[in-house]
Amino acid sequence: MPRAFTPKVVTANALLEGDVIYQTATGWSRNLAEAEVLTDEADADLRLIDAAQQTATVVGAYLADVDTSGTTPKPTHFREDFRATGPSNYAHGKQEEQANV
Amino acid sequence: MYNYTDFDTAFIKERNAQFRAQVERRIDGSLTEDEFKPLRLMNGLYLQLHAYMLRVAIPYGTLNSRQMHVLADIADKWDKGYGHFTTRQNIQYNWPQLRDVPDMLDALGEVQMHAIQTSGNTIRNVTADHFAGAAADELADPRPVAELIRQWSTDHPEFQFLPRKFKVAVTGSPNDRAVTKAHDIGLRMVEHDGQIGFEVIVGGGLGRTPMIGKIIRDFLPREDLLPYLEAIVSVYNLLGRRDNKYKARIKITVHENGLDDFKARVEERYALIRPQFTGVDQQMLAGIEADFAAPKFKSAPETEYHDARQHYPAFRAWSDTNLTEHRVPGYAIVTISLKAHGATPGDATSAQMRLMADLAKRYGHDELRISHEQNVILPHVHKSDLPSVYSALKAEGLGTANAGLISDIIACPGMDYCALATARSIPIAQEIATRFDELKLEHDVGPLKIKISGCINACGHHHVGHIGVLGLDRAGVENYQITLGGDGTEDASIGERAGPGFSAEEIIPAIERLVLAYLDLREEPAETFLQTYRRLGLAPFKAALYPEAQANAA
Repeated sequence: MPRAFTPKVVTANALLEGDVIYQTATGWSRNLAEAEVLTDEADADLRLIDAAQQTATVVGAYLADVDTSGTTPKPTHFREDFRATGPSNYAHGKQEEQANV
Repeated sequence: MYNYTDFDTAFIKERNAQFRAQVERRIDGSLTEDEFKPLRLMNGLYLQLHAYMLRVAIPYGTLNSRQMHVLADIADKWDKGYGHFTTRQNIQYNWPQLRDVPDMLDALGEVQMHAIQTSGNTIRNVTADHFAGAAADELADPRPVAELIRQWSTDHPEFQFLPRKFKVAVTGSPNDRAVTKAHDIGLRMVEHDGQIGFEVIVGGGLGRTPMIGKIIRDFLPREDLLPYLEAIVSVYNLLGRRDNKYKARIKITVHENGLDDFKARVEERYALIRPQFTGVDQQMLAGIEADFAAPKFKSAPETEYHDARQHYPAFRAWSDTNLTEHRVPGYAIVTISLKAHGATPGDATSAQMRLMADLAKRYGHDELRISHEQNVILPHVHKSDLPSVYSALKAEGLGTANAGLISDIIACPGMDYCALATARSIPIAQEIATRFDELKLEHDVGPLKIKISGCINACGHHHVGHIGVLGLDRAGVENYQITLGGDGTEDASIGERAGPGFSAEEIIPAIERLVLAYLDLREEPAETFLQTYRRLGLAPFKAALYPEAQANAA
């Protein structure tokens, strides 16, 4: 039996800045909390195809697992956790931007 | 130092203009990412975990104060005010934006620097002994030959699409500080009947399949170097595997075909192409050598140096660890540690870069070097100037007295930055250094090289660390494997895996147990960790690493 589909988001890097971005229902966000959570496999495949076609704005789109047990999606793997936060040696990247909001 | 000719300047300018147009076409949608990626990689531009990364070559690790100032300016203007020096004598900027990269490359071009062939399946930045031209044990300065190889390999039409990347290192000293045996080609200057030539080593490399290079020619006359290199790379270009990325490096080509077969093919190719080299390269080399003429060394009393050693314990400690013997009496080679306890190995702020540049200009004949161990070197400082140099360094957080000690750790960027990484390296290095600083043990422990890689590609050289640490992803958790007994010098050896890996929380105590065990096991304080390991083998260290297994077996 195939493995059950787990919730995912579409993520990529922005072409101009290289920032980590997440696909929302209407576009892209730099904040994982605003990402569109995909719970249906066929739907996820279509959303990924859609993202991959936006070559003028995004680079390297792929599906990443998220944990949906809380109010907002959270990364399940430490790599995605770093992408959503920034490096651990300096407060650069997303953690810096979020601190300045 | 080498000075660009008009040809070099025009070449860099044109190449930068081409890349500027390529970036514009990518942004306006004329180029897809698949089309653009090989073009940006040829110019050193990666897309990493959080941002783009620009890798700038520092050929054979040599630069002057003006160049270092521009590296600092670039860090301030287009990045976050710092740069990361790498194990291949490059500097990496972790946060550039795509639109700014052509301007960064133009700024580099203004001071005769570039990012060409710092990525891709080409001949990469040629590295050399960071003490070149200064070391007391040196036969000859390897940098003129390294510059000749840079010119030969840059945009070499035959070698733009090799099966895989290709790294060359050169040393002019019998004590190998350039890790030549872990390079695709390693060149060691040797003397034969009064003539200086090269021992040519081929097929070394770390990564997934670590191998110590094999000697393909024990003495190659100097004038035969370029045709012989061309023959090796040419044979590899056709024979190297393109069906499997993991078997594409020359180490596998040599291993699978055998050294004898590989050598026979190289010699055949060499015989064919040797006549094409009519000596123009040797004329060019003579010109390059004139550029690398030694500075005018001064002679002055060393009183201030000896006084400072006598009266200032901190200066004495620093001069014990961070100075190396210079070939000229009265001079010393200064290693500036970029490994302050708890800091990121290899990182320098723009203020630190400017200070090092100014010190080089004022006290160091305007020369700086980047070492593969991620430190900065002032190769020519008169001993009378050392107290001034030290106090200036100390004020900017650069006075750490730990060169060659346990906190002088090589660490790759790991999963804090790198898209290929499987675990973090930097925090492990930070914690080891902080812990041994707390224990106040590192001077007692003595020479000990810890090298950390955040994935199997081994940019952190863990295979040749006395203690190597490899970060892996084990079922979604960071896990760290220890290897022991590696060595990157002329006696190169690959470290032996000690056993099961440790979690991020367990790895620091594990290394502490290992080092404390060494202190118990060594015959005398002068016996280094590596010597003790070679005398006793893995068993007693394994027992220290895995006390539970020991208890269960008892």
